[in-house]
Amino acid sequence: MTTATLHRTERLLRTGPDGPADPGLATHLALHGPLTVPPRDDREWSHAVWAEVNRSGLTGRGGGGFPAAAKWDAVTRSGRRPVVVVNAMEGEPASAKDRSLLAWSPHLVLDGAEVAAALSGAREIVVCVADDRDRTARSVGYALSERARSGGGRPVSVVRPPSRYVAGEESALVGWLERGDARPALRVDKSVPLQLRRRPVLLHNAETLAQVALIARHGAAWFRELGTAGAPGSTLVTVSGAVRTPGVIEVELGTPVEDLIGRTQPTGPVGAILTGGYGGAWLHPSRASVPFAPGPLTEAGATIGAGIVVVVPATSCGIAETARIARYMAGESAGQCGPCVFGLPAIADDLELLAVGRGDAGLLARLQRRCGEVAGRGACRHPDGVVRLVRSALDVFGDDVRGHATGHPCAGHAAPTVLQFPSALPTRAGAA
Amino acid sequence: MSRAAVRLRLRVDPVACDAYGFCAELLPERVTLDEWGYPVVDGRPVEANLVDLATRAAAECPRRALHLDRVAASA
Repeated sequence: MTTATLHRTERLLRTGPDGPADPGLATHLALHGPLTVPPRDDREWSHAVWAEVNRSGLTGRGGGGFPAAAKWDAVTRSGRRPVVVVNAMEGEPASAKDRSLLAWSPHLVLDGAEVAAALSGAREIVVCVADDRDRTARSVGYALSERARSGGGRPVSVVRPPSRYVAGEESALVGWLERGDARPALRVDKSVPLQLRRRPVLLHNAETLAQVALIARHGAAWFRELGTAGAPGSTLVTVSGAVRTPGVIEVELGTPVEDLIGRTQPTGPVGAILTGGYGGAWLHPSRASVPFAPGPLTEAGATIGAGIVVVVPATSCGIAETARIARYMAGESAGQCGPCVFGLPAIADDLELLAVGRGDAGLLARLQRRCGEVAGRGACRHPDGVVRLVRSALDVFGDDVRGHATGHPCAGHAAPTVLQFPSALPTRAGAA
Repeated sequence: MSRAAVRLRLRVDPVACDAYGFCAELLPERVTLDEWGYPVVDGRPVEANLVDLATRAAAECPRRALHLDRVAASA
């Protein structure tokens, strides 16, 4: 999980020769220095820190990639004191960055939440940790008790929403906080902030807030020393799959994907690279020199998502892996919208037949049509992510797809999966 | 904003929709059904000659899932 040497890009997760730095408050202050956040509204301080975060170019690290400073603008415009919500749900099965961050640097996240609250006039902070992540919740709880002993700070509560894939989607999270309903809501105008107890919600991913804590200390120019002009700073990446040292690494944005994978030592030839998460996109290994940054990845047909990279070995079948993901994602639908409820299982059916080479002549055309019918027709973007992944599979594994479609599946279709799923996958009779 | 600058667009609330399919019966010019019976609506502005039918389709949805939104025309 950790590298043995201190890497110069390690800002959020500090590791020494004996492993990660101690997560306690004393070590946190020794590593990062003190941070003074005004206990009450302080326009001068708020304006100065907002300007630094704006200049830093920090974007959300939860997958949306929205500029952090612009989010504060939208919330403060409403005039009411917002509630700061820290999203550490991390429902993506291939992501471990937020839980690593809260295990090893909880005070950085809590500092960032405090900064966001002070800037926006919020008087309360809610940290959301999924109900099956007891270790993470304990780590946050312990960090909060350390902070309480040193006094001050805004009240922070830790809540435990259900550990479902879509429960971390922001409207689902706020829905759960407001009425115990962790399903996404239809939002006609997304520029209107979500509301909690009639207050606007300022919701940030845990890593985004940790970055805010560093920018508040060291400034925008320091933040921009790493990364590229278009994608400044460092970011956490969870690398898993066929690598010797899977885990969370912190890299400079713009690091070539092949370098990032190289740091985790692939076990053999790489067959495909899953980027962004289970609602992400495949990247062919021939394009692995692409910089790990939102713009270049999108241009290469991939996506940065929540900083996820899964290495699939050349001995595996990308179509079979995509079928497993589609089946899992179908099961994670909130069950509200017809195109998602019926479309995702139908897409998974097609993929499972394709994976084992038992599809009929019309399978590919039907799968393409179903992708077109499902995309953009849910209240949230859960089905859109699946469609993006499936379309990228048909593109990246094009040669294999032709063989599978004509009854000649590749040798890897029976290989065990390198992907991780929270529970046993429901499979259909006849599926790989 | 002048009256001419306002257009009407059909939108389905996918959470509310239960695939009754009345909309596709009443307004086949703008609504088709997918293979599971859920409506796929044409999101382009509704032409003047279809406004009455679109209004009726929205009003007769048993789930109140079809909306006729007023949007400012960009062109």
